Amino acid sequence: MLLRSLVIALCLSFSLPVRAADTPLKFDDPAMEQRYHALLSELRCLVCQNQSLEDSHAELAQDLRAEVHGMMSRGSSDTEILAFMVQRYGDFVLYRPPVRTGTWLLWLGPFLVLLIGTGVAFRFSRSRNRGAAKPLSEEEQAKLRQLLQATGDRDRE
Amino acid sequence: MSRYLLPLLAFGALIALLSIGLGMDPRRVPSPFIGKPAPAFDLPQLQAPDRRLTQEDLRGRPVLLNVWASWCVACRHEHALLTQLATERQIPIYGLNYKDPRADALRWLEVWGNPYVVIAADEDGRTGINYGVYGVPETFVMDANGIIRYKHIGALTEQAITDRILPLLADAVGDRMP
Repeated sequence: MLLRSLVIALCLSFSLPVRAADTPLKFDDPAMEQRYHALLSELRCLVCQNQSLEDSHAELAQDLRAEVHGMMSRGSSDTEILAFMVQRYGDFVLYRPPVRTGTWLLWLGPFLVLLIGTGVAFRFSRSRNRGAAKPLSEEEQAKLRQLLQATGDRDRE
Repeated sequence: MSRYLLPLLAFGALIALLSIGLGMDPRRVPSPFIGKPAPAFDLPQLQAPDRRLTQEDLRGRPVLLNVWASWCVACRHEHALLTQLATERQIPIYGLNYKDPRADALRWLEVWGNPYVVIAADEDGRTGINYGVYGVPETFVMDANGIIRYKHIGALTEQAITDRILPLLADAVGDRMP
């Protein structure tokens, strides 16, 4: 029992500095605050890659949030801050990377697939329609009449 | 039969693409620093805080810059390999002690040994940010002119050392300017 409370006390004492480091940074000016959050949601946290800098609790994300906060306080523009991040972590840090030779497939790929898909669907439906619209030959007409007659006779029985 | 051939081929291509994707590690993001000069830093030395280490000190011969911390579990895994590189192959390895209280870092070195020539203490992690560090340990290969040639993310492996790092170090010697 004593051991357990000791362990809990130990864990709590470790968690205190973590909480302190995670206090959110704020701007008094609501416009700045909005800009700050917009910027953070545009940037990927490289430690937990499916989270933005806004959401991530990774220590690096906290440091980078502080960096963004500091740069904004010193009057840096959004472009400057994004360039700072790209210079260090590459295009991957941006959720919307710029279109360049390495990323054109990323941007145009979905449209390319859509185009191919539409083409295939169009051709498929056309070939089906063509088959259905073809009129019956003389021979087929005769066979059809014969069949209809046969079923008609059966129904009457 | 031929009407099935095209979809089958497309399906095969998709499977090939996806299996290549499965083999890739999303944590290994290519560093934008490859082929560029090492970013500037000026930090106190871990073991002699009154002395400094800058990126200039790393020039003159190919070196490794290893980012580590005492709180980093994977750093302990690669430690034996670093020691081997330093002692058996005489490769100069510089350390960047990342976001680590000084006392902890010194104790870690005492316990596990010190393979580094000099270690820079980056307590607030600013130099780490300037080097684009996001997954400690990371190891940079720098040539004699202070150009970053390669970055290994995560613990070093024997395969990474023989396949990438040693050939690059050998190549970086040949490039040295007269």
